Amino acid sequence: MIESLKNLVEQNAFWIITVVKIVLLVFIVLTVNAYLTWFERKAVAHIQSRWGPHRVGPHGLLQPAADGLKFLFKEDPTPQGVDRFVYYLAPLLALALSLTALAVIPFGPNPLPFKVLGQEVYLWITNPDIGLLILFSITALSVYGIALAGWASNSKYSLLGGLRSSAQMISYELALTMSVVGVLLLANSFSLQEIINQQDNAKRVGFLGWNLFAWTRNGLMFPQIIGFICFFTSAIAETNRAPFDLPEAESELVAGFHTEYASFKFAMFFIAEYTAMITVSCLATILFLGGWQSAFPETPLFHITHYIPSIMLIPFGLWVIYDGLKYETIWGKLVLPVIGFVMFAIGSILLAGAWNSHLYHVNEFIQPVFWFTAKVFVFLFFYVWARGTLPRLRYDQLMNFGWKLLLPVSIANVIFTAGVILARGAK
Amino acid sequence: MTPVLLIFFVLAGLAVIGALSLVVQKHPIHSALSLIVVMVCLAGLYLLMGAEFVAAVQIIVYGGAIMVLFIFVIMLLNAGEEERTDFSKLAKIAGLPLALALTAAISAAVVKPDASIPNATQAVIPDATKLISSMLFQEFVYPFELTSFLILVAIMGALVLAQREKK
Repeated sequence: MIESLKNLVEQNAFWIITVVKIVLLVFIVLTVNAYLTWFERKAVAHIQSRWGPHRVGPHGLLQPAADGLKFLFKEDPTPQGVDRFVYYLAPLLALALSLTALAVIPFGPNPLPFKVLGQEVYLWITNPDIGLLILFSITALSVYGIALAGWASNSKYSLLGGLRSSAQMISYELALTMSVVGVLLLANSFSLQEIINQQDNAKRVGFLGWNLFAWTRNGLMFPQIIGFICFFTSAIAETNRAPFDLPEAESELVAGFHTEYASFKFAMFFIAEYTAMITVSCLATILFLGGWQSAFPETPLFHITHYIPSIMLIPFGLWVIYDGLKYETIWGKLVLPVIGFVMFAIGSILLAGAWNSHLYHVNEFIQPVFWFTAKVFVFLFFYVWARGTLPRLRYDQLMNFGWKLLLPVSIANVIFTAGVILARGAK
Repeated sequence: MTPVLLIFFVLAGLAVIGALSLVVQKHPIHSALSLIVVMVCLAGLYLLMGAEFVAAVQIIVYGGAIMVLFIFVIMLLNAGEEERTDFSKLAKIAGLPLALALTAAISAAVVKPDASIPNATQAVIPDATKLISSMLFQEFVYPFELTSFLILVAIMGALVLAQREKK
């Protein structure tokens, strides 16, 4: 009995591992989403000389949990005259599509250092040859969540939001796609892993090997800085974030497409938006910043940079302990030092990799994942920074900017990149 | 029944249901949504045949760009539910027989084994995208460029018509 069960598990190991990976990834992404809202509120608050959330938990750290509970327990009225089927379909569509996009993103090159059920476990769910195209097709579909929500709500504000969002998505999708073509020309592939591997001159020249500066193995190519700026700008517009947040524009449309949504249906839009932010940040990292490649060359001289994670974690942990001990509430005095100590301990373990061979392997395994998450975090900070500092564009400015500036510039980028590749005589 | 066959029947069934609902639905938005379902299911079928690139382009171009434009226009015009008129006499009398005849003709062509048509459920073709691009830009470069010229002419025609209204 147990033997046959074991056989069954081993035969279907691939499926079991994949399902577990999906569940884990969704769990991690939802947690990151929750703390991204906390981070955004804190950062925007400090930009505007406020404190931000600080009542629920020390430094407001439990605010996301409180928000989540509030979403669950709020009343969920359905307005009169809505198109019921589409009204319920829209948030589902938005959430499902944005979560699906994460399935093709590779988070690190190496399998886990141990085997699970006799299989090597890699840090991605699937690795198709057309990863980038799949991401673009999901982006192309994700406009429906917002447009349909606006239409189905039977409200003028919502309809305007939905209309604006579909017009905006159509306009900026062009620039988004064109700005990536330069990278595709360099990589000769749609596979996200191929695109990262093509930038592996970073092992010799560090961050100059990233597509942003395009010092490839075949010599210096046309740097993709222009492509990168076009990509990230239109990606912010695609994810409907400030300064391109016209579909929800609180001050003109109340809340735009989600005015008539309450409780968990609203939360689904919210989670979808933040997940899309994470996906776009991952994509920008992969396409332009070399994915999991370190910013420093892999030469013995720079080996010390392998201890950057621990060098960052140890002082930060110590600072959190210090900050916790002088925190006002007893709760904070207890919790913050514990968090700080955990950070300090992890940092020390990684640093101990310099002397112990087992810990050395742990440290080496952490490297690519650390660089990947660090770059993604930089982009997420950019999102928040832009929201805190830039005013919203007017509708005509938005259209002019997309069609008359971003699109021609990204097409010019394609031509220059192709020209340099031709002149260099690469494939 | 292999998993591939199962996926095929699910997608094919969904596509047929979507196509039927496209005709039956009264509201333009519902019809457009049904059409999106058909497009996405077709993309899934292409994927089953190993045509990854065509599948992705099907979703990006048809499911994404074109259908978003449809929905955008329907929303902009705020189109209401359609009224059912009495169908034409011809449709009432000859509609069903003609539909049956068409189905029979297509299924006869499908059922008849033809060695020249490759197996539909083959493994992924390596470098399919490269093959497609070299075909488009080498063998069929003139028809391809002429088609793009045709589309350009259509866009300019639309622009001219729109400008005339303004005056």
